Amino acid sequence: MTEGIDWIARSGARAKGRRPAFFDEPALDRLYSLTLALASELSATRERLDTVERLLETGGTLRREDIEAYAPDRAAGEERGESTRAYIARIMRGFQQEVEAMENPDPPIMDWVEKLSTP
Amino acid sequence: MKKDLPPPYTALTRHPMMPRTKHDESARFNFLTHFNRYLSGTLGAGNKLAYETRVLPAFRAEHGRDPEHRYEIRDAMNRDPFHRMWSALKRNSMEMRQMNGRQAVLRQLDELDAQARQFNEHSGLLELDASIEQPLYQTCVDIHCQPGGYHSEERPGDVTVGANYDVGLFATVGGALGALNDGGGQALVAWAKANKPDWKPKRILDIGCTVGHNAVPLAQGFPDAEVIAIDTAGATLRYAAARAAGLGVKNIKFVQANGEDLSRFPDNHFDWVQTTMFLHELSASSMPRILREAHRVLKPGGLILHVEQPQYGPDMPLFEQFMRDWDAFNNNEPFWSAMHGVELEDVMADAGFTHAEQFVVGVRAVVDPTIFPPSPEGEAEDFGRAAVWNAYGAWKVAPAKEIAA
Ligand SMILES: C[S@@+](CC[C@H](N)C(=O)[O-])C[C@H]1O[C@@H](n2cnc3c(N)ncnc32)[C@H](O)[C@@H]1O
Repeated sequence: MTEGIDWIARSGARAKGRRPAFFDEPALDRLYSLTLALASELSATRERLDTVERLLETGGTLRREDIEAYAPDRAAGEERGESTRAYIARIMRGFQQEVEAMENPDPPIMDWVEKLSTP
Repeated sequence: MKKDLPPPYTALTRHPMMPRTKHDESARFNFLTHFNRYLSGTLGAGNKLAYETRVLPAFRAEHGRDPEHRYEIRDAMNRDPFHRMWSALKRNSMEMRQMNGRQAVLRQLDELDAQARQFNEHSGLLELDASIEQPLYQTCVDIHCQPGGYHSEERPGDVTVGANYDVGLFATVGGALGALNDGGGQALVAWAKANKPDWKPKRILDIGCTVGHNAVPLAQGFPDAEVIAIDTAGATLRYAAARAAGLGVKNIKFVQANGEDLSRFPDNHFDWVQTTMFLHELSASSMPRILREAHRVLKPGGLILHVEQPQYGPDMPLFEQFMRDWDAFNNNEPFWSAMHGVELEDVMADAGFTHAEQFVVGVRAVVDPTIFPPSPEGEAEDFGRAAVWNAYGAWKVAPAKEIAA
């Protein structure tokens, strides 16, 4: 590890320049940062698990340096890519469905309730 | 890779200077590559929908007219809940790319610095000049949220900023620039060779070379030429020179210099002056100065080429201008908006290139077959995957009286 520098602290250095506030409530900006970072960590963990499975399947044993050095071949790369895509589709469902709703908007449900309740 | 899937981060070429990534560092880049695609594709469509279904109607109701400038659209969209969420996600993804790159680089900085020192002491490719001042437009904010910009150091003589730039680009562009991130430079070489097959440039200047992604291919493509790649940022050049040495390139020199003052070079010195994705990171006062200097050092008969995103122009819909402007206000690119708003042809004309000498061309990226295997359907589909860059250029003609003489 690097001498004389706290590499972990320095890796989080902020970029100079005032950060835009995207929401009226600052806590929401912080929550977005936190949630997206967690989503990325879970994605990395899932990918690591996939690596472990593949190594065990072919070799029967596991060495940590093999995990660090693992590079998928084309077929494995595509399988993993597809599973990352599917993972993102799952966690982003709410946003994606909001886009869908803008594309094909519906009236408030009360409109239908009233309509269907009147003989 | 299948058309709808970006390559895994591990498809990157590990040249000798490239920081090594651990399994999870690569995996985080993989997440970001996929996430960015999702943001610009599936969710990106939501911006236009929000604009058309509610932001524009509300604007018309309030003002009794359509927006007349991209800034009016921005003000209105910045109040829209969907655009706010989308922007928050995008900004965070940029920040996470930086942090992941910096973790990888900083934990192995001792090795990277030692490696760079070794290359730079022996290669003769690096010429630093501590008297070069960093321009205000490089220090007022860290451009595209890159902590430390291009010029800062974590400790004297380190390569952090250059290494971080290099380690993350493949993830940011989803591999579209090839395994060495040099598809832009390769495209320039292919374009020049296709358009002027007998042209043999001897001296090439690349202004604002950063880590040399697109300057090195010029040296490789024209092995008899001498390439001078300049940048104001010494910290980045240390990495650039070591990277080039690691790739075995000899006919290039990385020189710390400011494009606004090329007085170290005589008039009519270079056959080719190149800038790539450079002009938008300057300022309204420096850009014309640099273009004038570029004109001065370019030989009659020589080529000047600026690769950039397309200028806005009156034909580009205001909504598209607004979307292209996002980085200016949300990703620390303060000159982006103004630069893309000017008539670049007029700025080049003021710098000495008549409109008759100028041309605009789309330079097609060379698709890297190691990452995107040639498709069985042949060229047509590969063209679909290749990025096209806009290049604003000119072949300099000799002044009339010299021709007469
Ligand atoms: C976006 S980067 C260019 C990318 C690079 N040309 C490539 O193709 O990879 C802009 C670079 O220009 C440098 N720069 C900014 N102002 C400059 C100036 N006046 N003279 C020389 N370099 C400058 C910055 O330090 C930075 O490295």
